[in-house]
Amino acid sequence: MQRRRNILNWAGFAIVVVALVSYIPFFALFPATRDVPWANYLLFLIGGALLAGGLRRAFREPERYRGKISGSILTVLSVLLLAFFVVTVTYLTKQIPSAATALGVNQKAPPFALVDASGKQVSSAGLLNDHRGLVLVFYRGYW
Amino acid sequence: MRGFEQHLNEFHQRGVEVVAISVDSPAESRQLCQSRGYTFPFLSDPKADTIRQYGVLHADGSPDGKNIARPAEFLVDASGTIRWVNLTDDIRVRARPESVLAAIDRL
Repeated sequence: MQRRRNILNWAGFAIVVVALVSYIPFFALFPATRDVPWANYLLFLIGGALLAGGLRRAFREPERYRGKISGSILTVLSVLLLAFFVVTVTYLTKQIPSAATALGVNQKAPPFALVDASGKQVSSAGLLNDHRGLVLVFYRGYW
Repeated sequence: MRGFEQHLNEFHQRGVEVVAISVDSPAESRQLCQSRGYTFPFLSDPKADTIRQYGVLHADGSPDGKNIARPAEFLVDASGTIRWVNLTDDIRVRARPESVLAAIDRL
């Protein structure tokens, strides 16, 4: 009898890949799925469940389903991808200096005069002439 | 940044301007603003002088070892006093514009 392709393994692995690569271009755009990446963890969980089902039937019914070897390899790869994701979002993105040196509430904001994207000089004094407040967003830059 | 751009009208209605500051050159900021559609000012602090004065320097923070800014948001009032600060411990997790707007409304 022709053994059937074990689609669960491949579908599970595909979802695990999506769980990893979808964070930056999609889920990180929305604070609700960015700060705690629950949507990505959920996708990992779904992919893992499909892989578990696929592996189970590959080993329990080897006469009907293929995928003992490919399913095992895909499962190991999936675990590595999950580990990479977890290490990135729980450790690597937290490697920034402590905030202890930062200015705090009720301190004077140091005045500045910097060049904007069009090459024009912009000063904090000038901005505060036209506005009742400023939100200064410091960011790492894209170099 | 995306969130601030989406809520920019609400900041302007309150008379508050949003200003982004990094070590990026004006050319890099221009490219960023064009590709992402940002319309508020992006200021260039190439030597990180202002970044250092606000205490948010990330020394050797870029992959090629340049001094850069750590992510941080400050609300400055008309008298030049800092009234609200957000200092994340994770570069993924930035201030939500809604919480800055709420801080403005409490001034």
